[in-house]
This record gives sequence, C-alpha cells and structure tokens, in this order.
Amino acid sequence: MNSDDYDDSGNETSGDDVDFGIEVEAGSTREVQSIDDDYPYEVLSTDDIVQHMIDCIKDVNTVVQIPATTTRILLNYFNWDKEKLMERFYDGNQDELFQEAHVINPYKRYTIVAKPKMSRKVLGTEECEICFMVLPPSQMTGLECGHRFCYQCWNEYLTTKIMEEGVGQTIACAAHNCPILVDDQTAMRLLKDPRVRLKYQHLITNSFVECNRLLRWCPSPDCSYAIKVSYVDARPVACRCGHTFCFACGENWHDPVRCSLLKKWIKKCDDDSETSNWIAANTKECPRCNATIEKDGGCNHMVCKNQNCKADFCWVCLGPWEPHGSSWYNCNRYDEDEAKAARDAQERSRSALQRYLFYCNRYMNHMQSLKFEHKLYAAVKDKMEEMQQHNMSWIEVQFLKKAVDILCQCRQTLMYTYVFAYYLRKNNQSVIFEENQKDLERATELLSEYLERDITQENLVDIKQKVQDKYRYCDSRRKCLLVHVHEGYEKDWWEYTD
Amino acid sequence: MAALPRRIIKETQRLLQEPVPGISAVPDDSNARYFHVIVTGPEDSPFEGGLFKLELFLPEDYPMSAPKVRFITKIYHPNIDRLGRICLDILKDKWSPALQIRTVLLSIQALLSAPNPDDPLANDVAELWKVNEAEAIRNAKEWTRRYAMDN
Ligand SMILES: [Zn+2]
Ligand SMILES: [Zn+2]
Ligand SMILES: [Zn+2]
Ligand SMILES: [Zn+2]
Ligand SMILES: [Zn+2]
Ligand SMILES: [Zn+2]
Repeated sequence: MNSDDYDDSGNETSGDDVDFGIEVEAGSTREVQSIDDDYPYEVLSTDDIVQHMIDCIKDVNTVVQIPATTTRILLNYFNWDKEKLMERFYDGNQDELFQEAHVINPYKRYTIVAKPKMSRKVLGTEECEICFMVLPPSQMTGLECGHRFCYQCWNEYLTTKIMEEGVGQTIACAAHNCPILVDDQTAMRLLKDPRVRLKYQHLITNSFVECNRLLRWCPSPDCSYAIKVSYVDARPVACRCGHTFCFACGENWHDPVRCSLLKKWIKKCDDDSETSNWIAANTKECPRCNATIEKDGGCNHMVCKNQNCKADFCWVCLGPWEPHGSSWYNCNRYDEDEAKAARDAQERSRSALQRYLFYCNRYMNHMQSLKFEHKLYAAVKDKMEEMQQHNMSWIEVQFLKKAVDILCQCRQTLMYTYVFAYYLRKNNQSVIFEENQKDLERATELLSEYLERDITQENLVDIKQKVQDKYRYCDSRRKCLLVHVHEGYEKDWWEYTD
Repeated sequence: MAALPRRIIKETQRLLQEPVPGISAVPDDSNARYFHVIVTGPEDSPFEGGLFKLELFLPEDYPMSAPKVRFITKIYHPNIDRLGRICLDILKDKWSPALQIRTVLLSIQALLSAPNPDDPLANDVAELWKVNEAEAIRNAKEWTRRYAMDN
C-alpha cells in the first residue's frame, strides 16, 4: 500500500467489495440435512459462516446502495434480520437509523466531518491526540467522523479493545464521546499483528452467529461448526462432529421434556449440586456385605464382586434383583403410598427432597450409563468381529451396532422422562405416562443386560433373533411413549407442579 | 523501569506549563507515572474552601487504559466511596486514549460541583442525598471543614 492510499477518510469501499481477509474456498460443500423429515438445516464451517455473512450483506446491497461495511454494522444492529433492516430503511427516518446504529449516514458523508486539528507548530502537519506526535497528514487516519490519529495509535487502540476487552463488532472511534463504530475493513487495514487479526475475525464471526436467530454454534467442546436453520424450533439437529442437540436451547436432544422445563431442572440440579454430587457418586455399597461396588457398565443388575457374597441387586434401589426380573419390577416409579408414610414420619421439606432425589437419582443413572456408551460400542465391535469369524457377513452382524444405537436412544429418552415426570401433576394421563415409562425402563435394562453379558453363551443365529426382538420392542416402546407425551401437549393433558 | 513514553513526558510538561485553574498535579520525584494531585473545592458547592488530595497513577498501557485516580482526603459525596474511589464513566467504559490527565481532573472537579446520586458508589450518602438533600449538603460541608481545611 503506498502513501496515496492513506487519504483523508481512509474508509472508501466499493459497494460489493466485502473481502474479509479470510480465504473462502469456492464451492465448499454445504448440504441441507434433516433428522425429522420436515426440519431441514445446514452445518456450516467457519468458511461457510463467513461466506454466509458476505451473502447476507450482498443481498441487502442489491436493494440498498450503501457501502458493504456500513451494511454490516447496520445488519449487526438489527441482529442480522434483513427484513427488519429494510423495513426501517424505507419506512423510518434514515438519519435516525444511522445515528442509532452508530454509523455515519453514507448519503451525507462529507457534511458532518470534524475538522482535523492542525499542529500549532509546523504548518501542514497534524498532532496525534493520543501519542502527541506531530506528523504529516499521510501518517494520520480516521473514520468518517473525522477524528484522526496516527496509524500506530490506531493499531494499539484496536489491539487493546480486541485482546484485552474482547470487543469486535462494536469498537467505537478512539475519540472521547464519539460513538461511530470502526468497520471491519478499516480494522483489518489498521491491524498489524496476525494474531490480533485472527482474534478480530473470530469475534466478528462469533457475534454474527450469536446475534443471528437462525444460527447456533455446536455446543460440543472444541467444535467450530454452526447449524443454520430456516426457522427456529425445538428440534434435534446433528452436527458434523457427531453431536446431536436441540436447536432451540442448545442442550442435548431432550424429547419428551420441553426446553423451559429442562432449563428449570438443570438450574435446580446446579443449585443442589451438593446433593447431586452425592447422587452422582460412582460407588455404592453392596446391600448384603457392604463391599464397595463400582458401576462400570450401563446395566442396573449388579453382582457383588466379593466372591464369598456374589449378591444380585439393583443399582437404583439396592433391592434384590430377583423381583426386577419378573413383573414385580417397580423401581422406576415413585410410590405414592410410601411417600405418604414418609411424610407422616418426617418433615415436609425432607419429603420434598426425597421426591427430588428419587427423580434425580434415575436421571443421573441414565446419564451415567450413557457415558459408558463408547465402552459398549467397543465391546460390541469385538463381538461383531468374532461373529464374522463364525461365517456371518459384515452386513449380517450390523444388528449389534443397531442394538447399541437403540439402547442409547432409549436411555436418553428415559433420562429426560424423569425430568418431565418430576414436574408432572398426577392425573389419568400421567398414570398412563408412568406405565409407559416403566415398560420402557424395564425393556431397556433387559436389552442392556443382554448386550453386556448374555451374548457369548448362545449360538449366533439365536442371538441375532433375540437381540433384534429386544431392540425392536424397546424402539416401539420408546416411540409409543413419545407419541403419548406429544399427544398430551396437543390436547393439553399435562399439568405441572410449582 | 522502561523509558517513559513521549506522550507522558509531553503531557506532564504541558500540565506544568499551563496548569488548570483550581487543580495542581505534580509527578512524584521517584516515579514519573505517579502524580500528587490537589483539587480545590468548586465555588458554590458544599466542598468550597476545601483542598482535596488525590493520587493519580498512569498504568503501563496508558493511554490505552485509563489512569487510576483516588481521593486521599475524606469526602462526603455520593459518587465517591469510603476508600476514595470515584464513580466516573470516563475512568471506566467511557475512557478514550484521546482523553488526558487534564480532562480527567476537570471531570472530577465537575463531579464535585454536580453530584449524581442516581449513579452512586456510596449508597448511604446517595440515599440521604435523595431523601434529604439539605442534610446531605450539611454533612458534606461539615466533612469539608473537618478533613479538607486544616492543611
Ligand atoms: Zn499517535
Ligand atoms: Zn470519531
Ligand atoms: Zn459439533
Ligand atoms: Zn431444547
Ligand atoms: Zn456383597
Ligand atoms: Zn430397583
């Protein structure tokens, strides 16, 4: 860049020059996906995000003839809602619009400019009000407001804002009380250090994603993809990194409970972290011999590791396992009678805590089991290889992976049914819901147990049939439960406590 | 200690050559970034007749970040707390590197003339300033007499 480019405003741009300093690969592969057939979305990489931002600006600029940098500031002011911007642009007072968005009206750009301060000492020079250096005008620059400082001071000023304060999109002019915002092109032109430039670009893309209702970062740690939808809804979206989450709230996909109740629940769990920690503890004592038992798989059927004891018991209720294997399984349900007895014996608060612990315990239990999912996938992979050695084809052994997929889906659904159930007030439909939950819980534990230990003891053809029967049953119970809850939402069956 | 930036040298020179009426700011003999400041209480304010001592420190990244200023003399004011810390926007988010020691001290002087109990730092003082301004002003005068007049 030669010194002729350092002219007075230092801020001219042609309308569609939106070079953002990031190389955007041409024709990058963006494809529309969907989990629910009717909820399409796209997964965007950092390059796609920048391209999308540029497209938004160009879209506006085909209608409104203002510099692209001004458009970006205006769009950001309207949270990247193009329609809102257009509406205000054509219906309202434009001067007011530009003023509110802290940018100079480009139609009036040369009328409100502040006069550069000429130095008292040397004619034809200016004094930088930040470093007090007296410099030729070619070494001074500024925004359209006319406040001028030297290049080095601008660089230092922007660097402080970006690196110390983490401001990107809303850096104001360095002059006191001047609200005019530094546009991205000027910032990129003035910044020297590549580290700072990169951070600035991150801040800009981040604010683009964060203010844009139709975009959401994948919440998975270290993932830099964002999801783009065409309308906001509480629906599952799957990132390219493999993480599936709710677009509306960003939590793991949480059907059947709704975002607002889940949020309330998570807050409660955080507030009660003391008790939650206690519940989440990974070890319990054997109810018969008191040996410490660690839960190392997803199944609730525990066998004491003490060779002299070998007690079979249920991890959740610590009761003997035997009744759980039969129709007496009653472990997923808060027993109203017992609760009443407890209330008689103990204080009210104590019983509320116990009720909470009951649901929290089951919620945490499924969460814990889901964490062992990778272990189970690895074990199943071994089994699949073993079966392939026994003359089964690759395609024939895929049922095992499918079984684990379904097991995990069931656990995730079950986990959130306990959040739903915690807030649910008892009525006829809630009793049906609890029956469904009980069925699913039982079927899921059976499938889990089967996958974890029973599989090697039988012949392969039988196994395939049994596993398929079990996971199909689980899958159908899960869908049945979800359909019932959704029907309840439509028909207003559900009443909530507090 | 690193060499003093040109900006600080020049600013100090100008401050000594063209002092602000009612304000004196003198750099410490051993630390050119540390200033001993005296502000006289503005006329027609409850602080009239008082001489208020402040300390002002220019941090490493000055002027990119604001100077640190604190009242040493006790003062009864809704925007100044017991430790002498000052609630003033230009010392926080409204700081601009184009501001100077001079402008900061002028703003502090203006704050003495026009207390702002709606943006308080000292809550009890601000409360009284709002519910019973006459009594608050009496307190401010009393504190000025007691702490800012015997030097
Ligand atoms: Zn400068
Ligand atoms: Zn300006
Ligand atoms: Zn991701
Ligand atoms: Zn959600
Ligand atoms: Zn035991
Ligand atoms: Zn049990």
